[in-house]
Amino acid sequence: MSGPAASKRPRSNGATGWLLSAPALILLAIAATGPLFIVILYSFLEKGDYSGVRWILSGDAWFRVFFEKDIFDGTVSLADANLAIIWRSVKLSLATTIITFGLGLPTAWFIATRPATQRAFWLFLITIPFWTNLLIRTFAIMEVIRNQGLLNTFLLHYGVISEPIQILYTDTAVLIGMAYVYLPLMVLPLFAAIDRFDFKLIEAGYDLYATRIKVLRRVILPIIRPGIVAGCILVFIPSLGAYVTPRVLGGGKNMMIGNFIELQFGQGQNWPLGAALSTMLLIIVLGSLVVYMRVSAREEPHG
Amino acid sequence: MARPRAFDVTTLPGFTFIAIVSFLLLYAPIVTLVIYSFNAGDSVNLWGGFSLKWYHVAAGNEAVQGAAIRSFIIATWASVIATTVATMAALGTTRRGKYRGQSLIYIIINQPLMVPEIVTAVALLIFFSSVKIATGYTGLGYLILAHSAFCVPFAYLPIKARLEGMDINMETAAADLYATPWKAFRHVTLPLLAPGIIAGAMLAFIISLDDVIITEFVKSAGQDTLPTYMLGQLRRALTPEVNAISTVLLALSIVILALFSVVTRKRG
Repeated sequence: MSGPAASKRPRSNGATGWLLSAPALILLAIAATGPLFIVILYSFLEKGDYSGVRWILSGDAWFRVFFEKDIFDGTVSLADANLAIIWRSVKLSLATTIITFGLGLPTAWFIATRPATQRAFWLFLITIPFWTNLLIRTFAIMEVIRNQGLLNTFLLHYGVISEPIQILYTDTAVLIGMAYVYLPLMVLPLFAAIDRFDFKLIEAGYDLYATRIKVLRRVILPIIRPGIVAGCILVFIPSLGAYVTPRVLGGGKNMMIGNFIELQFGQGQNWPLGAALSTMLLIIVLGSLVVYMRVSAREEPHG
Repeated sequence: MARPRAFDVTTLPGFTFIAIVSFLLLYAPIVTLVIYSFNAGDSVNLWGGFSLKWYHVAAGNEAVQGAAIRSFIIATWASVIATTVATMAALGTTRRGKYRGQSLIYIIINQPLMVPEIVTAVALLIFFSSVKIATGYTGLGYLILAHSAFCVPFAYLPIKARLEGMDINMETAAADLYATPWKAFRHVTLPLLAPGIIAGAMLAFIISLDDVIITEFVKSAGQDTLPTYMLGQLRRALTPEVNAISTVLLALSIVILALFSVVTRKRG
């Protein structure tokens, strides 16, 4: 296919390809990919007196992610505070994934089963929040759930509650916020999977006397599995690394890993610990991506 | 529609209801935010009548003016730089058969989509803070560089998609008619590719304009953009000024998105 065009090119494909890609690669090496290696290096250095690092190799930062040493008697125990933040991040991210899946599957199904003329409109309604500033959407949900916000005012007015429920600055607020901002990330891949789905298979299921639930569980879900995996990964990864939503909705106390990392570079003044936490986050995320690629590669023949 | 009682195989119990609820949940907070930007009162919750007061307040606020100008300078540069390098990379990785290292190029270009933003932000903070000390330069260059880098994959994807849909015979025909490679590119490839490039530039512009985390970590003192200015306002009592700024940014995003779908829908 590239025969006649390729013969006109003086250089080999690979050399030209690399040459044309070089500016993008250099830009990314300087301002995105390259500095990640500095983070990994910093996680193995010693903490500086105020901020920064001392250039002495040390595993101290990694040790301090999981353990703490008593200053007086030198006994080692688990770093409860750090582990609590890591555990909260994982818990909230999993809960966000489950909630967005619960809302996202019916939504994607609804869009995919609209007549062809309406489908673009419903899809556009999902893409608008997807491309809308995350901070603006977090502000929007904050104004709904705060004590004098829309939700409390509404419930008070109709006598459901007698005094405002404190939602803002709790884990629940962070969870609501993350489910809100990441819902489009779940809907889009699910829609892509359902859109390719052959609805005759459902008919076949019913013809064989399956109930609706059985059709959902035994026919639909297994076939759209790659879309489900993609949606869950796309929600879980940014949730785990979330910074803006927990900062705005969680107040100072309900930190997630992202905020904890920032703390090490701000008031905490422990850059190696911050670098170790960042590297840990990086490993978890790249690990989930590898799992995702394995799963989707295995499922390819079906799709 | 003709047979309302017919058994519709695509219906699943409760799915339509949950879908409608999801759409309401997605839009109710945004609509509320927009409505309260027109509030005459000082509160983001108590309605005091319709007014454009907070738009005037925001427009007259010097900090907001500075942040808005900075946001636009950075987004414009980032969009131009990212789109230029992404166009070249797309030409270098599409329609030329398999070659060594192609998937590595692909992974590096898409890397900003995979790594959590907070990690990149911390990495750039560490790297740029030593560059700042070494060179003494503290201008907007760092922000432009950082934004250009994370915008590359967003500019790259629509350009690559457009290239893949293009007919290579056009360029072959130009070459057969004795066009030099540059002339064939300039008069055949580039005009055909233009919608992809425009789409890529628009996405890059929105992504740069909306960025919070990397900007927050890379900026020097007095280099707030609109999003980091809004994040900083959180420490004070919120006024509808934030709603007004949000609404303007929101309107801008929707306009660019609408243009984007027009540009990408037209084929040929």
